[in-house]
Amino acid sequence: MSEKIRLINEDGLRVDGRRPRDLRSIKMEIGVLSNADGSAYIEQGRNKILAAVYGPREVHPRHLALPDRALLRCRYHMAPFSVEERKSPAPSRREIELSKVIKEALEPAIFLEKFPRTSIDIFIEVLQADGGTRCAGTTVAALALADAGIPMRDLVVACAAGKVDGVLVLDLNDIEDKEGEADVPVAYMPNLGLISLLQMDGSLTIEEFNQALNLAIEGCKQIYNLQREALRARYVTIKEDVEECLR
Amino acid sequence: MFFFENRQVVTPGDLLAEGDYIAGNNTYKEGSKIYASRLGLVEYGEKVVQVVALNTFYIPSVGDQVIGKIEDVNINGWVVNINSPYKATLRASEALNKPYRQQKDDLTRFLDVGDLIFAKIIAFDRTIDPVLTIKEPGLGKITQGQIVKVSPAKIPRIIGRKASMINMLKRETECKITVGQNGIILISGPSPEHERLAIMAIEKIAQEAHTSGLTDRITEMIRKEKGARNERKDQVNK
Repeated sequence: MSEKIRLINEDGLRVDGRRPRDLRSIKMEIGVLSNADGSAYIEQGRNKILAAVYGPREVHPRHLALPDRALLRCRYHMAPFSVEERKSPAPSRREIELSKVIKEALEPAIFLEKFPRTSIDIFIEVLQADGGTRCAGTTVAALALADAGIPMRDLVVACAAGKVDGVLVLDLNDIEDKEGEADVPVAYMPNLGLISLLQMDGSLTIEEFNQALNLAIEGCKQIYNLQREALRARYVTIKEDVEECLR
Repeated sequence: MFFFENRQVVTPGDLLAEGDYIAGNNTYKEGSKIYASRLGLVEYGEKVVQVVALNTFYIPSVGDQVIGKIEDVNINGWVVNINSPYKATLRASEALNKPYRQQKDDLTRFLDVGDLIFAKIIAFDRTIDPVLTIKEPGLGKITQGQIVKVSPAKIPRIIGRKASMINMLKRETECKITVGQNGIILISGPSPEHERLAIMAIEKIAQEAHTSGLTDRITEMIRKEKGARNERKDQVNK
């Protein structure tokens, strides 16, 4: 077996040069797809993810419709070219699980009871993956929902924290996730202070877990600010253009 | 207590106000706190705190006038797409001026799949799909004109305060403009040129709905366009 990769170097920096508590660089945009009711795109480090939202619309097949609220459906899918080794386009066990997990992370934020007998469909397409796609996928899906004009209690932001080479780190990338000791993805509703997704993979002491959770929530709050910026940006630019024309 | 300035962009979940206020459109109340539920511009009134949404979809409301498209013909009525999550139904008795006899009358002779209608919603709630009527003056099948689709959130802006915007549009473009609350607008004018101008103006209003001084800017734009067109015509005539 080859020697274990060092994930933290002598200077305390991570494989991609970040310090332990740094996020990757993040870029977000809304309204990128013209045929969807709402859409958004995120680049988080080397992750590139598109999200599209359709609805509320009539449920097909009809018998799935719920009499008292909207049906939320979510598909998380990785493009065959999104990873090093070609991934079969058929939904894998992992993708089916992530679809469910993301759906359940977003569900408490949406006023589903306002639209009985309809469905809201979310499609998350991972174009390029580098670890932490469930979190980035949740973040971008929440943006697409807001873009679609679906009433929400709060935005949902997700971020992971974990432990690599004995150090607690924020926003793990693919190598850190695979080779590290633990990974704690968290989805968070920042204004309400509620957690809607909490998973853990690996081993941490209770003390470390609490620290990792708080670190992940800190990360969520940072991403939340970028999320709000992305939502505002679209309309602020139009406003500025108009004011420019008037001058 | 207010946490934003009037007409600032807010996102879902933003805490807008705390205290004895009423939660208006696109907001919700938890205890004494009012939060935004949609992306939009916040408006603080005397008592009511509301958000003017930047994008919405159409939720039917009794009394609304809408433009719809016939999608299917049943034995006793039509299924109408009204650009909403719910499909509307138009019963034969709400469309025909005489008693409807299932054996004799062929519904496709009155309205067929693909036809557009201007209709009013007479019933809708959580449990039943919207029901339409076209039995009132001004309602019925649409026979001419062009259709523009905008987000239903922009409809109040297109109508304007006390219908100022829509009256200006009608006057300046010489078109007949019928606005459906569901975001579908019918324009019929003396020539396709006039209609094109009206469509252009409506699309500009929808795009810049959240900016101020819009009515004047649109008036200016239409006049400029009209001037340019007349010039082109003169050149052709020479």
